[in-house]
Amino acid sequence: MNRLIILPVLVPLTTALIMLLLPRRIAVHRLLGVLSTLLLSVVSVILLNSVLSGGILSLQAGGWAAPFGITMVVDTFSCIMLAMASLIGLTTAIYSIGSVDEKQEHNFYHPLIQLLLMGINGAFLTGDIFNLYVWFEVMLISSFVLLVLEGKPEQFEGAIKYVTLNLLSSAIFLAAVGILYGMAGTLNMADLAMRLPMLEHRELLSVAAVLFLITFGIKAAVFPLFFWLPASYHTPHVAVSAIFAGLLTKVGVYAIIRFFTTIFTLESTPFIHHILLWVSAFTMVTGVLGAVAQYDLRKLLSFHIISQIGYMIFAIAIQSPLAIAGGLLFIVHNIAAKTNLFYLSGIIRLLSGSWNLRQIGGLYATYPLLGLLFLVPALALAGIPPLSGFWAKLTVIQAGLEAQQWLAVSVALMVSILTLYSMIKIWNEAFLKDNPLSGDEGQRGREYHGLSAGKKTALIAPAIILAMFTIVSGLWFEPFFILAKGASLELLDAGIYSKAVTGGIP
Amino acid sequence: MNSVILATASRYLLTLILMFSVFMLLRGHNEPGGGFVGGLVAAAAFALYFIANGLDAARSILRIEPLRAAVLGLLLSLLSTLPSLVSGKPFMTALWIDTGIEAIGKVGTPLLFDVGVYFLVLGITLTIIFALAEEECRV
Amino acid sequence: MRVLLPVIIGLLYATGIYLILRRSMVKVIFGLVVLGHAANLMIFTVGRLTKGSPAFVPHGATGIAEPFADPLPQALILTAIVIGFGIQAFTIALFKKTCQSLKTEDLDEMRNTDQLEKESP
Repeated sequence: MNRLIILPVLVPLTTALIMLLLPRRIAVHRLLGVLSTLLLSVVSVILLNSVLSGGILSLQAGGWAAPFGITMVVDTFSCIMLAMASLIGLTTAIYSIGSVDEKQEHNFYHPLIQLLLMGINGAFLTGDIFNLYVWFEVMLISSFVLLVLEGKPEQFEGAIKYVTLNLLSSAIFLAAVGILYGMAGTLNMADLAMRLPMLEHRELLSVAAVLFLITFGIKAAVFPLFFWLPASYHTPHVAVSAIFAGLLTKVGVYAIIRFFTTIFTLESTPFIHHILLWVSAFTMVTGVLGAVAQYDLRKLLSFHIISQIGYMIFAIAIQSPLAIAGGLLFIVHNIAAKTNLFYLSGIIRLLSGSWNLRQIGGLYATYPLLGLLFLVPALALAGIPPLSGFWAKLTVIQAGLEAQQWLAVSVALMVSILTLYSMIKIWNEAFLKDNPLSGDEGQRGREYHGLSAGKKTALIAPAIILAMFTIVSGLWFEPFFILAKGASLELLDAGIYSKAVTGGIP
Repeated sequence: MNSVILATASRYLLTLILMFSVFMLLRGHNEPGGGFVGGLVAAAAFALYFIANGLDAARSILRIEPLRAAVLGLLLSLLSTLPSLVSGKPFMTALWIDTGIEAIGKVGTPLLFDVGVYFLVLGITLTIIFALAEEECRV
Repeated sequence: MRVLLPVIIGLLYATGIYLILRRSMVKVIFGLVVLGHAANLMIFTVGRLTKGSPAFVPHGATGIAEPFADPLPQALILTAIVIGFGIQAFTIALFKKTCQSLKTEDLDEMRNTDQLEKESP
């Protein structure tokens, strides 16, 4: 079973290599993309199953024992993230068939998506901090290229901001790694979790912790560090926007959870969680206020990503088992709902010819089913029962009440209302109001109706899959909650993790 | 660049530098060297040839598309991990053939991995250099 | 070396931060490169400097002798340099393309993606 751990990295890599060997066979690329992500989904379900029955799995690359070699670890949390990454990978692979044009596909669009998935999966799997840095870079370099693949001026402009800030964060990451290694003499996460509490010279510990917080804060787009996100996420092709929105920032959140539950605990660096609490409140508010002001569909959704990250950070700041479970549920819910909204925004763009809400209208009259499909993730994001977002938000807020963080909880509730407001704004503008461009009715939807039936299916199917996921995880909420609770208990007890890695050598 | 001396010399230098790069590749297991350095040296050889004789000549003497060389190299490195998976050892465990070969030294999966890295670095570096060179020519 | 290297690291960080605050894209690239070098040098220094002692276990000994050189920081730096090389190559190409596409290299003029109202096609 241990050997399966490497598959989430090997499968996308092998697929990308085969695609690169056949550079002109676009049909093969599309097929391989879907097959590889399907295989990834199967692997992650098998991994989840075996972790639930047999505990944390680990793999020592090259057979070198734990603190010396590179370790790959799978616990429940990583499994959940892997499963979500493969779900988004699968739906994006299908959606790309319908939406990405052939010129980009010839420019290695599909291999790049696979390499992006490889970087994301690697980051979820690794048990070594420097290895995490390497996976981050793998993920970043593929995302850089995907961002500018179409070569439009606004893409270059967005990419400059995205690339500069992410390179800065990499440099900070390296510095933090250096300091941590100088103090503890190890970079293995499990080994660090055991050694940090009994460290003698711990003056620099808080410096390292803050540097890591800044690094992952930039990746996760939290309050003072988020500016690259709304500047760049609305520029690339919509399929790329969708996979970025679903997964990239969540890798940052994943790293924050991993670092500030397992390695830097509440006892060793208490002020970090204080910082996180303030950061979360500001992130929620600024994100949603930015969204309320926007009329560009994708910019509005980009600002929402930031606002939703705030809820996850809030959960981490509270740090009780219930809060972490809520945070995990929120990540799962958010990945599905957010990506779905981006998919749907792409369909809306094809139907109406514009991203600007002022120029769209009357879609409900012509496409009522699309309207209903849009309502599912939109209402889930706003937290309307019985969709997945409601339960996730409820858990986080309940944990906040238990921890008596009245101010932050009231901020979270206010932000919820504003989220609902901006979702209703999209609904009103795009679906309900009369079409503002009634003069040239013939122009509208031409781009969409020109597509073949297969491409139309490829556009709609991913949205339906993710909407089903949102509904199902809302209606059958209990198994998800039990899973998240188990994962959070595992995260908060660093001993289990350390024992599984350093004592679990095959 | 139109220099007869450089053009003539680069033909001999190409062979020499390539041989040196293979030497670097093979001594890399226990001494300074290895696939990465070897690949860079080999790329430098082709870069020199390109400076002396132009882009088309360099492309034709390379015979293979640089990107393809990189992909094949990566595939080779990936293949070198297969024996460890098949034999039931942890992923990427080094496996050696007991009797070494005279000129090469110890033979095993790490050597295969290094050869893969060699071609990967060679391919990627030349892809970058050729792409930048084409840009210059067009402007 | 124990005094000199930290001073150099400090200087590199100061230079890097000064450069990334400039408006010109070329200077920002140099700033990022210098910051990367500063971080690498820091890993090297913080990973303990030892002079003239190898990281090998002598023949017949059971453990490693006390002042030994730790090879790990250098391995980390090597990896970081290689990754940095790739990313910097991409960044330079990106900045060049941006310059050609937007006809400017002043970062203060690149505000289109941040503005609220932009007529999109």
